[in-house]
Amino acid sequence: MTDIVNISLVGVGGQGILLASDILCRVALLAGKDVKKSEVHGMAQRGGSVMSQVRIGEKVYSPLIATGKTHILVSFEKLEALRYAHLLTPDGTALVNDQEIKPITVSSGQADWPNDLNERLREATRNLKLIPALDIAQQLGDARVVNLVMLGALSLQMDHDETLWREAITSLVKPRFLELNLKAFEAGRTWRSE
Amino acid sequence: MSKAVPTNRKVLSGNEAIAHAAYAAGVQLAAAYPGTPSTEILENIAEFKDIYCEWSVNEKVALEVAIGASFAGARALAAMKHVGLNVALDPLMTFAYIGATGGLVIVSADDPSMHSSQNEQDNRTLAKFARIPVLEPADSQECFDMVRAAYEISEQFELPVLVRTTTRISHSSGIVDLGTFERRPRGDLHYKKDIARTVMVPLFARQRRTALEGKLEKLRAFSQNFEMHRIEPPTNDRDTGRIGIITSGVAYAYVKEELPSAAILKLGMSFPLPERMIREFAASVDRLYVVEEGDAFIEEQVLAMGLRVEQPKTSLRIGELNPDRLKRFAAEIEGREPEPSPSPATDIPARPPVMCPGCAHRGVFYALNRLKATVLGDIGCYSLGAFEPLYAMDSIVCMGASIGNAHGMQKSGYDGERIAAVIGDSTFFHSGITGLLNTVYNKGTSTVIVLDNRTTAMTGHQDHPGTGRTLMGEETVEARVEDVARGVGVQRVVTIDPYDLENTYNVLKEELGTPEPSVVVSRRECVLRCRDRARCVMRVDETLCKACGACLRLGCPAIEIADQAQIDTRRHKVRINPVLCAGCGMCRQVCRFEAICEAPRKQSL
Repeated sequence: MTDIVNISLVGVGGQGILLASDILCRVALLAGKDVKKSEVHGMAQRGGSVMSQVRIGEKVYSPLIATGKTHILVSFEKLEALRYAHLLTPDGTALVNDQEIKPITVSSGQADWPNDLNERLREATRNLKLIPALDIAQQLGDARVVNLVMLGALSLQMDHDETLWREAITSLVKPRFLELNLKAFEAGRTWRSE
Repeated sequence: MSKAVPTNRKVLSGNEAIAHAAYAAGVQLAAAYPGTPSTEILENIAEFKDIYCEWSVNEKVALEVAIGASFAGARALAAMKHVGLNVALDPLMTFAYIGATGGLVIVSADDPSMHSSQNEQDNRTLAKFARIPVLEPADSQECFDMVRAAYEISEQFELPVLVRTTTRISHSSGIVDLGTFERRPRGDLHYKKDIARTVMVPLFARQRRTALEGKLEKLRAFSQNFEMHRIEPPTNDRDTGRIGIITSGVAYAYVKEELPSAAILKLGMSFPLPERMIREFAASVDRLYVVEEGDAFIEEQVLAMGLRVEQPKTSLRIGELNPDRLKRFAAEIEGREPEPSPSPATDIPARPPVMCPGCAHRGVFYALNRLKATVLGDIGCYSLGAFEPLYAMDSIVCMGASIGNAHGMQKSGYDGERIAAVIGDSTFFHSGITGLLNTVYNKGTSTVIVLDNRTTAMTGHQDHPGTGRTLMGEETVEARVEDVARGVGVQRVVTIDPYDLENTYNVLKEELGTPEPSVVVSRRECVLRCRDRARCVMRVDETLCKACGACLRLGCPAIEIADQAQIDTRRHKVRINPVLCAGCGMCRQVCRFEAICEAPRKQSL
């Protein structure tokens, strides 16, 4: 089972994680790979944390990834990245949207936001990429395409040809949002820190 | 555009695959009541326009409707979450005697670990109890294959068949080869009057009881050669002694990855079991284990065959299985130390699900909290009203339970003066009406509050009799809670807008204090469906805010502590997050200093 790539996508309900993981599955299908995806929703629509796990390989059985076996953690929100950092393999990569969404426990004063979040993230992950996906999306004119910016960044970590990604996006995004989504994907691919 | 992919290969969730199977198997009628994790089965069936499908008012009715179709010789499907089968158990127990004419498949989506449920019962036991076969798909492909096979079995043995999924089957996706994906034409089965088979008076029921045992005998023989059982050799040659694992459903996937050293007997049908196959498999290994998600359902049957099943210390009972649990299990039975599993940081603020900003339920629970009422609750989003700061719900048992619970407490001599039942609109139609009739008939005095948000919100906004629309998108008669309440004899029926906090409080105070049964209909559309139409948001004028904390008692996620540095003190000013605010204005009503006012709403972030 060593050929399997394990990807965990985490964030907050409403951030477009489910579409992103559907696109990822579609890429795997187009690439002729086997794929399994598992998602937790239920009460996620009510502001809870959301996770989708995708596993891609020649033959995949389990829809879930064992703790500590995620190769790429794609976090759409920074606190969630820390919450799920332990899912990563020791040399795994964390792609983290540099956006903070305060949970009600913090906004109502019951809990404190960790002010040393960036440092703790750096401690918890060996390969951390903080991506200003919200800024990029807003520059493109719509905060909702954060998910495609993150997918663009993810695509650089994977072997699949860019055309497969574009084809997958084209088949799953509504036509009237397609151009914007493809731009966001491209922006996620071309963004470089410094 | 997607030329490279043959159209017969798709990534489908288990629920989507079941819907595709229903289409391919020529199912003519499908009925369900929404319930996580089963809901998407009917939502996807509705995409296939040539299947009649409906949201039935509850699972019992859904199964009865499906039985009617089977009587008529049509293939039918009833889908429900695990606890839904409790509701539908009455028709199932007797329909097993009658037996299917057109194939009838019941999909039970169990929810081990209770991701979105009140218990985690294993419904394979209910199928055995009813003496009907159980199939257990292990992934989306098997959902597609097994549901189609289930129709063949159902018609061959004239029995309903239970297909049992669990959350990780229903809500996980994989590649499904749909083959030619042609819809099977309707067979030549049709209704034939035969009262000795279908009229279950004692005389005939006794005969059918015996006939059912005969069918089970034949099914046992069938199970021996069922093509969806299979034996797989170990996939590596690690020398751990000859370990044999009997498994089924999603457990197979975990066994396959975590125990490559084991021979596997993967069962497709977990009742009745292929006894000879199991005995031969047991004889071929040194140590036999059973790995299954839920109860020891297969294991107890194997033990009853007199076979030895090893009992490792690592328990697989309680909660869903996952790779981590199977890693520990594998390490123990292979005599290894388990790999250390990294643990999560513990001091991270939780992100629990919350009642949405602008949720209309908030107005009712805020009033109930102030009234210090004893509130018997029910199943739905409003379960969130049980928690701080609203803290205004005392119980949740099952769909429709609130009304009977409230009546029983009131009749018991309980000394709380104000007893209320709260129930959602969809839940009221599901199983609240009989409870309400009972309260009226038996001269109860409890108050029933129907939280009518015009949809089945919890499961993702499905229609129900009160919405005036069907699953197939047609307009229909709109049932009104007020009319139903008056129809069962309630004299006091009041309708309120829960956004009007003062009126909500006053009406509830009066109704809770009245010594006769009353129904309060709290009507406001679910905010998730009308949020985009909000014309304004609320804003706090910090110069007027006295940091009294009154608005925080609403528990609205849009109201935030303004200054994080002040958290140590007990008083802090607030601000309102304009992105989250739905403009309901409840906070403005509770502010005594007029510090909260309207502001125009911006379209996006």
